Amino acid sequence: MHELALIEELCLLAADSAAQQGATTIHSLQVRIGDRAGVDAAALQMAFAVLAQHPRWSGTKLELEVVTTRCFCPHCKQAFTPLDVIHLCPQCGSLSTHLLQGRELELVSMEVS
Amino acid sequence: MCGHCGCDVPVVPRRIDLQRNLLERNDNQALLNRLHFSEHGLLAVNLMSAPGSGKTALLEELARRWPQRPLGVIVGDLATDNDARRLQQAGARAHQIRTGDLCHLEASQVALAFAQLEHSGMNLLVIENVGNLVCPAAFDLGESLRLVLFSVTEGEDKPLKYPGLFQRADAVVISKIDLAEAAGFDRQLALDNLQAVAPHAQLFETSARSGAGLAALLGWLQDALPS
Ligand SMILES: Nc1nc2c(ncn2[C@@H]2O[C@H](COP(=O)(O)OP(=O)(O)OP(=O)(O)O)[C@@H](O)[C@H]2O)c(=O)[nH]1
Ligand SMILES: [Mg+2]
Ligand SMILES: [Zn+2]
Ligand SMILES: [Zn+2]
Repeated sequence: MHELALIEELCLLAADSAAQQGATTIHSLQVRIGDRAGVDAAALQMAFAVLAQHPRWSGTKLELEVVTTRCFCPHCKQAFTPLDVIHLCPQCGSLSTHLLQGRELELVSMEVS
Repeated sequence: MCGHCGCDVPVVPRRIDLQRNLLERNDNQALLNRLHFSEHGLLAVNLMSAPGSGKTALLEELARRWPQRPLGVIVGDLATDNDARRLQQAGARAHQIRTGDLCHLEASQVALAFAQLEHSGMNLLVIENVGNLVCPAAFDLGESLRLVLFSVTEGEDKPLKYPGLFQRADAVVISKIDLAEAAGFDRQLALDNLQAVAPHAQLFETSARSGAGLAALLGWLQDALPS
């Protein structure tokens, strides 16, 4: 798994943005991950804990929001939440290949001072 | 403390909205790769499967059959350059990436490898990803097509267990079909599972051993070549 690499990417982004904003302390990071993004929330927290041994990040909280998959049915012109990995529209029973959300790997915001 | 002078004014954190994709560096490089491949008139294919599903064996046969032009291959493995050597022996122009402990290829590695590949006269470049059914799915390499392979010895429910990869496949190859009978492979069940998670994907059934199904795959790739 590549959770550690993702966390490094996250910290680079966060540190860059903080510097641009003239902030010296990052209190928290709000990160959104889709349930189909191929990463595990617990593993991400563990990877962050490894990094947070560094004083730069020891006071920073990582807040993860897991986003559940939503699909779009082109026949019913409607969004739906699939029951499992098979994206069956509950209205008409057709298979959707159009994912509206579920693949996010996103630094949404952060709290700085 | 305010953080600047040590006074006792309490710190009030402020929120910054960012909405930044964690993979944006990779995605930007992938975009550059895509442009680069297209400038060279290349069809780039990202080939992914579990370890040992037969990616290299399939590409060896493809290299032997690909008409007129040499087949280009960039191949990623944790260690060794065995796969690149096998491919070169089959007539491909192959470049090996050793990823160390990285479980997938990234766009920047592909860019470096491509710069070292003699690509004049080439019209098809296949990127054989690291054997892994989870991690490669998230990393765009700049390919135009994604090919996912699974062999008859891996179980019919592979597509259900690793939907992320199959859902984003343009084509799925069921490989090693010469072993289907010995493995007790339930073909209809596998097709039903594939249909359920990847209804849009083009399907091929191949054997690198007997050559079955290779012509169909070859034809599909030729049709996808940039004009
Ligand atoms: N019988 C049979 N064996 C095959 C076929 N394709 C591959 N194999 C065998 O399966 C094993 C793995 O094949 P590779 O081509 O190295 O698989 P790979 O997906 O490239 O493996 P990694 O790069 O290590 O992930 C080898 O022993 C091959 O000889 C096939 O169509 N039929
Ligand atoms: Mg291989
Ligand atoms: Zn990984
Ligand atoms: Zn519907």
